[in-house]
Amino acid sequence: MIAYLLRRILYAIPILIGVNLLTFALFFVVNTPDDMARMQLGIKRVTPEAIAKWKQQHGYDKPLLFDARAEGASKLTDTIFFEKSASMFVFDFGYSDDGRNIAREIQTRMMPSLAIALPTFFVGLFIYITFALLMTLFRATALDIAGVALCVLLMSVSGLFYIIGGQFVASKLWHWVPISGYAGGMDSIKFVVLPILIGVIGSVGASSRWYRTIFLEEIGKDYVRTARAKGLSELRVLFRHVLKNAMIPILTGVVVVIPLLFMGSLLTESFFGIPGLGSYTIDAINAQDFGVVRAMVFLGSVLYIAGLILTDISYTIVDPRVRLQ
Amino acid sequence: MKWLFCLPLLLLLSACDGGLWNNPYPAADKGRPIYYSAFTERPKHLDPAQAYSENEYIFLAQIYQPPLQYHYLKRPYTLVPQATSAMPVVHYLDKDNRPLPDDAPAGQVAFSVYEIHLRPNLRYQPHPAFALDAQGKPEYQALTAKDLRNIYALNDFKHSGTREVSAADYVYQIKRLAHPDIHSPIAGLMAEYIVGLKDYAAMLQKAQKAHPAAFLNLHDYPLEGAQAVDEHTYRIKVYGKYPQFVYWLAMPFFAPMPVEADRFYAQDGMREKNLTLDWWPAGSGPYYLSENNPNQRMVLTKNPNFSGEFYPAEGEAGDREAGLLVDAGKPLPLIEQVVFSLDKETIPYWNKFLQGYYDASGISSDSFDQAVQVNVGGEANVTDEMNAQGITLSTSVATSTMYMGFNWLDPVVGGDSERARKLRRAIAIAIDFEEFISIFANGRGIAAQSPIPPGIFGYRDGEAGINRYVYDWVNGAPKRKTIEEARRFLAEAGYPNGLDEKTRQPLVIYLDTTATGVGNKSRLDWLRKQFDKLNLQLVVRSTDYNRFQDKIRKGDTQLFYFGWNADYPDPENFLFLLHGAQAKVGKGGENAANYSNPEYDRLFEQMKNMPNNTARQKIIDDMLEILRRDSPWLWGHHPKDYVLRHSWLYNSKPNKMANNNLKYLRIDAAQRDELRKQWNQPVLWPLWLGGFALAAFIWWFWRALRQREEAR
Repeated sequence: MIAYLLRRILYAIPILIGVNLLTFALFFVVNTPDDMARMQLGIKRVTPEAIAKWKQQHGYDKPLLFDARAEGASKLTDTIFFEKSASMFVFDFGYSDDGRNIAREIQTRMMPSLAIALPTFFVGLFIYITFALLMTLFRATALDIAGVALCVLLMSVSGLFYIIGGQFVASKLWHWVPISGYAGGMDSIKFVVLPILIGVIGSVGASSRWYRTIFLEEIGKDYVRTARAKGLSELRVLFRHVLKNAMIPILTGVVVVIPLLFMGSLLTESFFGIPGLGSYTIDAINAQDFGVVRAMVFLGSVLYIAGLILTDISYTIVDPRVRLQ
Repeated sequence: MKWLFCLPLLLLLSACDGGLWNNPYPAADKGRPIYYSAFTERPKHLDPAQAYSENEYIFLAQIYQPPLQYHYLKRPYTLVPQATSAMPVVHYLDKDNRPLPDDAPAGQVAFSVYEIHLRPNLRYQPHPAFALDAQGKPEYQALTAKDLRNIYALNDFKHSGTREVSAADYVYQIKRLAHPDIHSPIAGLMAEYIVGLKDYAAMLQKAQKAHPAAFLNLHDYPLEGAQAVDEHTYRIKVYGKYPQFVYWLAMPFFAPMPVEADRFYAQDGMREKNLTLDWWPAGSGPYYLSENNPNQRMVLTKNPNFSGEFYPAEGEAGDREAGLLVDAGKPLPLIEQVVFSLDKETIPYWNKFLQGYYDASGISSDSFDQAVQVNVGGEANVTDEMNAQGITLSTSVATSTMYMGFNWLDPVVGGDSERARKLRRAIAIAIDFEEFISIFANGRGIAAQSPIPPGIFGYRDGEAGINRYVYDWVNGAPKRKTIEEARRFLAEAGYPNGLDEKTRQPLVIYLDTTATGVGNKSRLDWLRKQFDKLNLQLVVRSTDYNRFQDKIRKGDTQLFYFGWNADYPDPENFLFLLHGAQAKVGKGGENAANYSNPEYDRLFEQMKNMPNNTARQKIIDDMLEILRRDSPWLWGHHPKDYVLRHSWLYNSKPNKMANNNLKYLRIDAAQRDELRKQWNQPVLWPLWLGGFALAAFIWWFWRALRQREEAR
């Protein structure tokens, strides 16, 4: 397994270089270093000298990808691409264009994102699976039909509606929780309850239907009939046997997103005033801050690759027949 | 499993502070005179040499103390001393540095020297840069990586200190405008005025190159244009006569900067921790930044070392009746702390204001009808719902102008020909900005008659102030000329009924704009309709911000939207936007329309150095007449700001020039606590109902399950 993991990690390097190159190309197709300087320096009274000075100070006065005037390896290394990308492979994200330490910013913003994302994920997973198993238990009855109809209804409503509606009802009408904001430590609970609840409800429809389909497929198999023949109760059959055997498709969809929980949610964080990572990338794109954009895309890619590797490992845990070679 | 259902409720109850459930602030804040506000965008810079945006000044203006400030209550806007004992004294010198009389003509004046006397006993905020050890030596000026291991904010330093502000600190800050590592937006402009500043930048660059690792102490590099005379006096020497220079002295660019702070932040390892002067200010103003988390909240706390400033004893007519002089003579600031929370979305922001968790609020278009009603006389008032909450409204016209510019270099709409002039005039009549303000700004604005907004010298009210090329004065009010008149001008310009006389093709006008997306569609559709009145075709070329700026710089536009916020309340700051020497194309100035008229330019040069008197007004009238005749802009509108405030907030008066207004505000915290309690009692019946419903469902479910098992 270690050899497999090492191989996967090595595969990640060209992928990350490719992602970096693509990010770089897409960013600089839309923005020039002059545009970036103007964005940072503001609209009023910006002189060409100020732009040149900004570019020089931030390392954007070099050729983008290839320096024809340089000698030897410097042709490639004395470029914006190399200087801005190489350090990221040792997780040195450098500074944003407005001078802030990006790694420090990510560290600070990560916890509020996780304070919402982790409970939403785990509570949600528990509820979706339980709900799906109950629909499976009452399959082909009025309860199942009502459950599926409810799922379709919940799926059809926009996420924004849940947020605005939730804020209106829980915060404005009933005064249960603050409408937006955040605080550290235990004080954070009253701020994250509503976003978590909305996050869970917002995904109930799609996730529960998906899990119901998986469980319905399992429930017709021989081992389920055997379990029933042994006289096990239906609840025990579902929660002990069906759930365990349906883990592979569940893990495929679930484990891969765990590392990405660090990245937060743009809409939720924006509406609830949560100081997480969700809006960091979008704000950086709007501010034409290449430093932050490249760092966040790189981090997202690393986390996604980590998620895929974790998924593979999780298969070996839930199904002893699976071996990573 | 049941405990899982109760967990959120238990957690919620455990987090409650015994007060209101929806209170976003700590229970300890109760009863304290704290002003609560919000910010929608994190500030980019908090270094007074770099910051130039409104969202940065809202913090900086409370922290730093430039020499001058705008009188809080008086109108028109008047400069008064802030850190100085009196207004600066100006002496004029000829090219040989010989004194000239005060009334010397601008042509003879080679230099102006501003002598500035500081008030004694101005002191800096508590800051670790000033901390001294037991031996009286600076404690934190030689920090190692080990010392910084657990330091992430200024509060993490155990000790802090202060010292008196000196004239040398003001000089130091002026020198920082030319610092090689600092991008001051006014460095270029000031280099044209402050004697020696241009060469100073080159000198500093050379010095930095020679010793790249060393701290660049600007005290070691003298600057002819800024010199400390003694502990409390300094002089600024500028080229020629530049009366507008005093306005710059009211901006944070000219606030004092202690070299200790500069040296403190220049130490190794500080930047990695985001400990920079651009992030953690060191000021002498009424507040200091005690909490700096721009992703969540920023807190300003009363500077314990601040003294010597008092609430004004006089204002304009009506201020006494409005209760704005009740606190006259009281030491400032009147509130203990200011808490700014990040709220990017308007819905939560608005609801928190209605719940009493923000003390004042602007009004977004979505909430306008809920907040404001306009009576038959056109007067705006709060709605009954707001009135019942004790919310009041104040309005003020912003010192801004939002306009549409014609590119003077464009062969169709630009240039000095009578044909183009008539075409522009026809379009100016056809585009009904009164309707625009009514539809898209909920009436919050006034149609502009010239670039100069109300409240600025040169603006004329009433009949004398209307643009006679677009309006007639009818029944005591300006009335837009008829569309027939516009069509007549269009025909005279060679486009009868919107068709080119020669080609018989419809005239197409191109609008370059960054307005894209669904939100702007209605505005653009409205604009097309205005052009339709003349049978002209408007083609909208939507583009991103970068391309738009690029087009403006290169003059590749025909018609475009633009705006300008005043730097200072002087007509020069608006009229220079049409000065030929300021053209964007070729000169990189602020004249985006590239307008050029030698007579206008001549009058501008004459007007800019004059004091506000009748002679200056006469010249401004002549300049406006030229502009209105040439019509290089569609004059657009001057926005009106509406501010709502709760009944517990006192001394709030809109001041569009000053940003340091928070020190004048007063809060009745007891009244606020009482009203918040009334407005935010948690509604409990849904919790009970939900609990019963859940219990009933579980019971029913359990029964159904058992029946099912038994049936097997």
